[in-house]
Amino acid sequence: MAHNNLNLKLKVWRQKNANTTGAFVKYDVNDISDEMSFLEMLDVLNEKLIVTGEEPIAFDHDCREGICGMCSLYIDGKPHGPWQANTTCQLHMRAFKDGDTITIEPWRSNAFPIVKDLTVDRGAFDRIIQAGGYISVNTGNAVDGNSLPIEKAKADASFAAAMCIGCGACVAACKNSSAMLFLSAKVSHLALLPQGEPERKSRVLNMVAQMDKEGFGSCTNTGACEAACPKEISIANIARLNKEYLGASLTAE
Amino acid sequence: MTFTQMFTSSVGKKLIMGFTGIFLVLFLVVHAGLNACIWAMDGGVMFNRAGHFMGSNVVPRILEVGLFFFIFLHIIQGYMLTLQNRSKRAIGYAVNYTKGSKWYSRSMAVLGTILLMFFVLHWKHFWVPSRITGVEEVTLPNGLQVHNLYAVMQSTFQDIWVVVFYVIACMSLGYHLAHGFQSAFKTIGVHNKRYHAMISTIGYGFAILIPLAFAMMPISFYLHWVN
Repeated sequence: MAHNNLNLKLKVWRQKNANTTGAFVKYDVNDISDEMSFLEMLDVLNEKLIVTGEEPIAFDHDCREGICGMCSLYIDGKPHGPWQANTTCQLHMRAFKDGDTITIEPWRSNAFPIVKDLTVDRGAFDRIIQAGGYISVNTGNAVDGNSLPIEKAKADASFAAAMCIGCGACVAACKNSSAMLFLSAKVSHLALLPQGEPERKSRVLNMVAQMDKEGFGSCTNTGACEAACPKEISIANIARLNKEYLGASLTAE
Repeated sequence: MTFTQMFTSSVGKKLIMGFTGIFLVLFLVVHAGLNACIWAMDGGVMFNRAGHFMGSNVVPRILEVGLFFFIFLHIIQGYMLTLQNRSKRAIGYAVNYTKGSKWYSRSMAVLGTILLMFFVLHWKHFWVPSRITGVEEVTLPNGLQVHNLYAVMQSTFQDIWVVVFYVIACMSLGYHLAHGFQSAFKTIGVHNKRYHAMISTIGYGFAILIPLAFAMMPISFYLHWVN
């Protein structure tokens, strides 16, 4: 495959901390290999900024393998950039053309306050998960494969929901800043399994209450979350969440 | 968990929108069905008889109270949800994410506002004269004295601007339903893939056919397809 070097213009949101107002700052990055990842491109820029004595751009990242959910970035009007079913760390520079201007923004939601530059505090998600309580899974040797029968279709749907890495792209993509795709994935992956049966009703009620307390909006089923999700979590989970919530509201003691 | 808490949570508010939306969808079927009597080509006899039944029978009158209650609940809750949802992102994006969703799914409040403006005019044209200010009466072939709502339609739809506005409102209704119909079922918890595909298809069909039927009514009178 032909190797190309790109010269790009970046428009990056810079903000010192949560209490200051931020603004876009323009940067030129030159000789960027199209085989680099997007975060490597930002690393190159940051090294240049450090050499010139400027504050490097803060952004979240960890595994850089697309599995941890730590990276974010709203790139050119889409969470995690232009590719489908992809995280920012797995976005590569071949997605862009020489001379492109790339706009990089943080996740925007009151529930995700900006810590610095492109880094936001996604602690709200942790608190929603905590509100869900616990399930009991014994440690030690793995249990025999079929000792706990689970319908194949349910196991698959549960696994698909459990793919959620909690990155927050659904909130960033939603015009209402709703966290319902995230919440519905967390509720679904337990509600579909026998291990999730205890506390099934209190879990959904408590998690929805915590989500509302954190200041996320309400879902209007536009489908933007599903389209932006790096793990392609289905919006059908939100309908399942609604069913779980309605059922629990009417029957929980 | 109390009953009120259930309907004031973020999921519960949507449940109200979904349930009232489905009630309004059912109302549209009744309304379109009764109004289709104008095409009986009998000078409005069947239509006026249907109108008389709706105005004089106790069941539709009770349902009318429910209809007004649900329609205003849907409108007020819709506006409140829109305002609340907008307030959840104090600083917006420089580049908006528009590829992941249909424009009409993001524009339910605007489409709904057009419909609300239409309702005001529509009630002024038909509901207010029929219930309050009075409508000229006509005698049906069976001797029954009824409101001549057919004549009110005939005269109302001679004004091209009224016809144009009604057609615009019908288009808004179509797009509002294109999202609202299937969204309402998702909201009340239908997540089975097979049913959902079926509901989406029915929803799109409904969103085209019902507004088209409504739009053809003023057009039919304006172009004198019915007399």
